[in-house]
Amino acid sequence: MSAEAMLRPAPAVAILPSRGGIVGALSDLFWRKPGLLLFLMLAPPVLWLGIVYLGSLLALLLQSFFSIDEFSGLINRELTLKTYGELFLPANLDIIIRTVTMAAIVTIASAIIAFPIAYYAARYARGKWKALFYLGIMLPLWSSYLVKIYAWKLILAKEGILTWLFEKLHLMWLIDAWLSIPVVGGNSLSVSATGTFIVFVYVWLPFMVLPIQAALERVPGSLIEASSDLGASPAQTFRNVLFPLALPGVVAGSIFTFSLTLGDYIIPQIIGTSRLFIGQAVYAHQGTAGNIPLAAAFTVVPIVVMGFYLWGAKRMGAFDAL
Amino acid sequence: MRSDRQQSAPLALKIAAAAGLLFLHLPLLLIFVYAFTTEEKSYQWPPPGFTTQWFAVAWNRPDVWQALTLSVQVAAISTAIALVLGTLCAAAVSQTKFFGRETISLLVILPIALPGIITGIALRSAFNLAEIPFSFWTIILGHATFCVVVVYNNAVARFRRMSGSLIEASMDLGADGFQTFRHVILPNIGTALLAGGMLAFALSFDEVIVTTFTAGQQQTLPIWMLEELVRPRQRPVTNVVAMVVVLVTLLPILAAYYLTRDGDQIAGGGK
Repeated sequence: MSAEAMLRPAPAVAILPSRGGIVGALSDLFWRKPGLLLFLMLAPPVLWLGIVYLGSLLALLLQSFFSIDEFSGLINRELTLKTYGELFLPANLDIIIRTVTMAAIVTIASAIIAFPIAYYAARYARGKWKALFYLGIMLPLWSSYLVKIYAWKLILAKEGILTWLFEKLHLMWLIDAWLSIPVVGGNSLSVSATGTFIVFVYVWLPFMVLPIQAALERVPGSLIEASSDLGASPAQTFRNVLFPLALPGVVAGSIFTFSLTLGDYIIPQIIGTSRLFIGQAVYAHQGTAGNIPLAAAFTVVPIVVMGFYLWGAKRMGAFDAL
Repeated sequence: MRSDRQQSAPLALKIAAAAGLLFLHLPLLLIFVYAFTTEEKSYQWPPPGFTTQWFAVAWNRPDVWQALTLSVQVAAISTAIALVLGTLCAAAVSQTKFFGRETISLLVILPIALPGIITGIALRSAFNLAEIPFSFWTIILGHATFCVVVVYNNAVARFRRMSGSLIEASMDLGADGFQTFRHVILPNIGTALLAGGMLAFALSFDEVIVTTFTAGQQQTLPIWMLEELVRPRQRPVTNVVAMVVVLVTLLPILAAYYLTRDGDQIAGGGK
């Protein structure tokens, strides 16, 4: 008590007059008990996220252990693993494998396209160009998701610009040949798996560029020069110096591309075949079918896949590049 | 500053980077061309002619205006909630060390780290279980949840750059906690909050995946757009709305960039 009185500055010395009343008392209280302030600061966000978000998530997980009565269509609230068993039916397993494969290919393609952009932006772009590159990534990243899909619907349409371009170049046979390949092809690009793939890559690409750029910014230029001074060819420098250092960035970016592809149900619905992806399956089961337990069990798949993915990514130090 | 001389990039790298940027931007530019096309029934390229009549048609469509109004309202309220929650959380995480700090930051990031459909269906089934009717407020509940992270990220980055000694100096000079917040902390984090708020607004304004699950009969602009994509009614109107949406989202992003550009991304300024 007396020590505190001595520590408190005299009012005349203070530049801002110390306030009395309830505000001053509160301020003093927070100063004496920083734990209370911390608690008050954390309580609203933690309560919100804890109740609204985690609460709903747990409710969803719980429902995945329910099952649906095949005859009445009613939800049976006894805990069972039967619904999870249904995930392994060939039709459902197909959906899971298709989605995970698509997510993997999209991730690899995004990394390949993103790397040169990120590398140029991190190492060569300076001043005005740097800002231009940054905005060049940010604008497509934040542009409306549906507008981006719509743009590709325009491009991939049979009467659209891509067909027109290939006809002018007399390369239509190339598209026709590609579309006649069983799995990736289809009637036209806008109803083929290739179309779905292109749109996925387009929409998620900026999410890949930014973390790779962040990782590459931290690579000193002298390291690259040292490598070539020591006789490494550009390819060797890339493989042994640049790529390992950029890898955490690539992994960080892949978290986004992978996770976003796993859960998307709008892109394959608008541009793609009638074969379902996990997101579409979830949407269909919770909607008209009313099979919430199976829909819930389906959502556990991306959670589990992402859980392993994040665990692996953390071990590679990807979170520092976010 | 690096001491090494400025080298120019290899040609192949220049071409690859330029091609990548073109790939990102050309489709968006195409939207602008299609907004003026005279073609009604198909996505024909090249457009048979150009007209501005569709702007007037879109302007007089009440459903577009309703959707736009709802989207703006939802985005504004969600952003306000996210600003409060995100700032509080960022302040707690960056200014103090406590048990479970990592868990808190994970909790904040989780709503966007997990696919949106999970957030959506989780909220929908929770509303069903709790027998909450779908309304304007259920949309906001969902939007605010994932907007928190955008504000949080911006605020945390700024708090980290802000020297702790500033706060100590303010206290030493006799300011109480509230005065320090008002005169020292707030001016320092103000632009970061503004930027975070704008990005949160853009995020909410554009959100469709979670919204389809948490909206009842209401149509936000993205939901209106999705309806038009799945079942096209009047394609030229969709073209015009798409163009306007691109322009409208452009502004907050440019503004957010100018507010945070100093120092948040300095070349080689990482570890």
